[in-house]
Amino acid sequence: MRGLEKFRMAMLMLFRRKAETARLSDELQFHLDQQIKENLARGMSAEEARYAALRAFGNPSVLREEARSNWSWNWMEKFLRDLRYGVRTLMRSPGFALTAILVMALGIGATTSLFTIVRAVLLKPLPFRDPNHLVMVYEHFRADNGGDGMNPVSPGDFNDWRKQTHGFEDMAAWHEDDFDLTGEHEELPEVVQGAAGSWNLFSLLGAPMALGRAFLPEEDQVGANHVVVLTWNLFERRFGGDPSIIGRQIRLDTTPYLVVGVLPRWFTYPEARVQLWVPYASTFTPETILKHDMHQSRVVARVKPGVSAAAAAKEVGALQYQLHLANASAPVAEDVRIRPILDDMVKDVKTPLTVLLCAVGCMLLIACLNVSNLLVARSATKRKELSVRGALGGSRLTLIAEQMTESLLICVAGGTLGIMLSLGATQWLATHWQALPRAEAIRLDGTVALFAVGLVFVTALLAGLLPAISSTGSGILTGLQESSRSIGGSASRATLRKVLLTAEIALTVVLLVSAGLLFKSFLHLRTSNLGCATDHVLTMKYGLPEKQYDTPEKVIAFHEGILERVRRLPGVVAAGLVSTPPGGGYENDYVFTLPEHPSTSFQLQDDAMTRSVDPGYFSAIQIPLIRGRFFTNQERLDHYRYTVISKMFADKFFPNEDPIGKHVTIGLTNTTYEIIGVVGDVPWNVAQPIRSTMYFPILSGKATMATIVVRTAGDPLLLAVPVQQQVAALDPALPVSDVLTMEQIVGKSTATQSFSASLILAFAILSLLLAAIGLYGVLSYLVTQRITEIGIRVALGAQRGEVLRLVLMDGLGPVLVGLVIGIAGGATAANLIRSILYGTKPLDVGVFVIMTGTLLLTALLACALPALRASRIEPMQALRIE
Amino acid sequence: MGKPSDLVQGTLDLLILKTISFEPQHGWAIAKRIQQISNEVLQVQQGSLYPALHRLEQQGWVRGKWAESESGRQAKFYSLTAAGRAQMEREKENWSRLSAAINLVVEGA
Repeated sequence: MRGLEKFRMAMLMLFRRKAETARLSDELQFHLDQQIKENLARGMSAEEARYAALRAFGNPSVLREEARSNWSWNWMEKFLRDLRYGVRTLMRSPGFALTAILVMALGIGATTSLFTIVRAVLLKPLPFRDPNHLVMVYEHFRADNGGDGMNPVSPGDFNDWRKQTHGFEDMAAWHEDDFDLTGEHEELPEVVQGAAGSWNLFSLLGAPMALGRAFLPEEDQVGANHVVVLTWNLFERRFGGDPSIIGRQIRLDTTPYLVVGVLPRWFTYPEARVQLWVPYASTFTPETILKHDMHQSRVVARVKPGVSAAAAAKEVGALQYQLHLANASAPVAEDVRIRPILDDMVKDVKTPLTVLLCAVGCMLLIACLNVSNLLVARSATKRKELSVRGALGGSRLTLIAEQMTESLLICVAGGTLGIMLSLGATQWLATHWQALPRAEAIRLDGTVALFAVGLVFVTALLAGLLPAISSTGSGILTGLQESSRSIGGSASRATLRKVLLTAEIALTVVLLVSAGLLFKSFLHLRTSNLGCATDHVLTMKYGLPEKQYDTPEKVIAFHEGILERVRRLPGVVAAGLVSTPPGGGYENDYVFTLPEHPSTSFQLQDDAMTRSVDPGYFSAIQIPLIRGRFFTNQERLDHYRYTVISKMFADKFFPNEDPIGKHVTIGLTNTTYEIIGVVGDVPWNVAQPIRSTMYFPILSGKATMATIVVRTAGDPLLLAVPVQQQVAALDPALPVSDVLTMEQIVGKSTATQSFSASLILAFAILSLLLAAIGLYGVLSYLVTQRITEIGIRVALGAQRGEVLRLVLMDGLGPVLVGLVIGIAGGATAANLIRSILYGTKPLDVGVFVIMTGTLLLTALLACALPALRASRIEPMQALRIE
Repeated sequence: MGKPSDLVQGTLDLLILKTISFEPQHGWAIAKRIQQISNEVLQVQQGSLYPALHRLEQQGWVRGKWAESESGRQAKFYSLTAAGRAQMEREKENWSRLSAAINLVVEGA
């Protein structure tokens, strides 16, 4: 009942506030009139009656306000009044308002974007069942202390772990593999990225099939019937989302596979690229599945409730040590290492993303400081007004609230604009940052929206509180006492501004230095000589299905046939074949021994990356010959036991001697190869250190995967279609993939570096701009404040140069202090980002000098304008200014 | 007559509620009536009645309604709501307890 009544009043007060206000006046007037009438009846004169009535009644305006203050929505009315006042103040200086809003929009927008990405990639739990209980288990060689020391697991080790240890609830293994996918009826062939997973992988992760079923244990056996599970993406894209695909066959590498299940849409592990899954064992032979030295699988384990992951790993480690002892001559690790599954997925972007988030946070802080600084300047001009209002009884809280409204308005407007910007920016980043894992999980949701709104209010508080408090401080009355012809301006306010400015400069220096280092290391990556041709080179990959190409002769026939056809194409300068081009990534590595250098004892056996090439490859891509010779057409078929090694291999294992004619024995296959040549080093991954490499003749016919490398006279991409046509002419059912120029390969592997370096540089430049605006603003204000003083100085004979110096020093003081703090901070930051710098020292003197120089120059320019204006002051004019 | 005693803090609400419990009254009449009934001892500063009336109205204890007054002019008449009547009883009880307690102390001394 009473609730209803209260609600009625609340509605009345909300919607009929104006009418109610008028009625309140009427009500009070009625009372007064009644009293006056009574007084008149008592025989008072008209004037006397009015005064007596007012005396008895009290001050009507005060009482009206008091009555109104009891009304509901009073807080809103107050807020609206502040808002109106704030809008009006901002409208009076649209330049300032616009600058501040844009500054905040950039800051809030960039921070929101980065937060969205960081949350989706680093913070959001994986969509699996109890993802916190999932860890990855790797083999660990005790001698391997560079990097993370995590080695892929051999199938034999995995099987033994799973059978003989009980610390984990279960373990599953997978490795990637690609397939040529065709339908039953020779439909358009395509190369798809697939993976082989043990039968229990999906149940271990907690991913029930959307359609059909997962693998059965008996299907995960070497030689079992071929079955395949499709991802939702492939199911929709290639098979039109038709559920009748379950139970039908598709062809992978021309072998028929029975489709048994379709994964749910959300399942994109280990990355969205993987399109289909086959049973783990189906990718091995009865021999290879027992191997303990074929490091190629990833192992996921689920921790038992109540058992720590470390304890479970210890048990596996103990078993692994036994395996190591049992296979003493082979590279079998002594121990294992674990890491959470999420860390495993994001390891390459964790540091860059964290650095970016910090950078964008710095930029936002600088933006806040800047707006704060500008507000301090404006509050100084309103000092008289505030003093008067304070003296008349305006409560300090009211005055602070009023000032805060202004910064709130700026931040809300900026925030709205910023969030709109960030929507676009996030989308753009998620689609263009190729190396970003979990990019499909990036989207704006409630948490992000909440974060953005929170950010708006925090920035408003940060930007507004300091100026508001300082301008309404205890000195409120001194504002009244200050003579109108004040000479020095308010010293304390200038100090506050200088402190803000120093902080701004210091942060900017930190950002500039970090950006400089990252950019230098990125440039280093991009422009460093790869050791081979990168301009005008086209690459294109194909994999010959082993069913048709079942003899080495057939394989060679295709390899040589396609090379001959491509070399005849107009515009082709040279062409060659390689299993994986430079920068194309990891392919394989082999542990080897050197018969001429029998090692007496080793912990971690020597290993090298391997590549297979045709005789023309090195000259086609311009990898220089250092010693010996390249392959010839003679090294083919059974006559294949020759190898060309890279310079690093030669330097490391044959220091001070000629490796030509020496031998290398591959442990896994127990084959010995004669070294016939030494060639220059090329990286296997542009962003990783170079490794020793062995090249084998592709004409052995053992390698069915190959990449055609074509050096062209003109634009290499123009040759993409002609080369593909040649492939189709030889084998119409053979798909090609990874049609890329060398430049694209390099760009792809440096995508993360490119993004983080360019983004941080952009943030740093914006911050520099902000700092310059701040500096200019402060100095202009100081000059205006000191105009009379400067006038007196000039009148008393000060030289223009002296005035110039005076003002310049005033502005450059905080800059220099900020610079020193910033350099110290920059050195600390540089050490923190050490792990993502390539070929660049954290304390690169050049970068520090250039960046601080840039800042100093910018600061000097920002200071010069107000200083010049000060030095041109006419004394008479200055003294006449009120 | 000496200076009218100040209203005991917090009793104004009770006085107002009691005054309008018989029939709806406008502010002027409420002030007059409090003065008359209490034999001119309790003198409300007339104006301070209005903030109190508006507070009570916001809280849903009284309800204001514009109607013609005895002089023919429009005036705002306040009447007690059901909740207001309950509130009046509560305040009356409070007051009795308080005055009894004060009496005890004063008489006992």
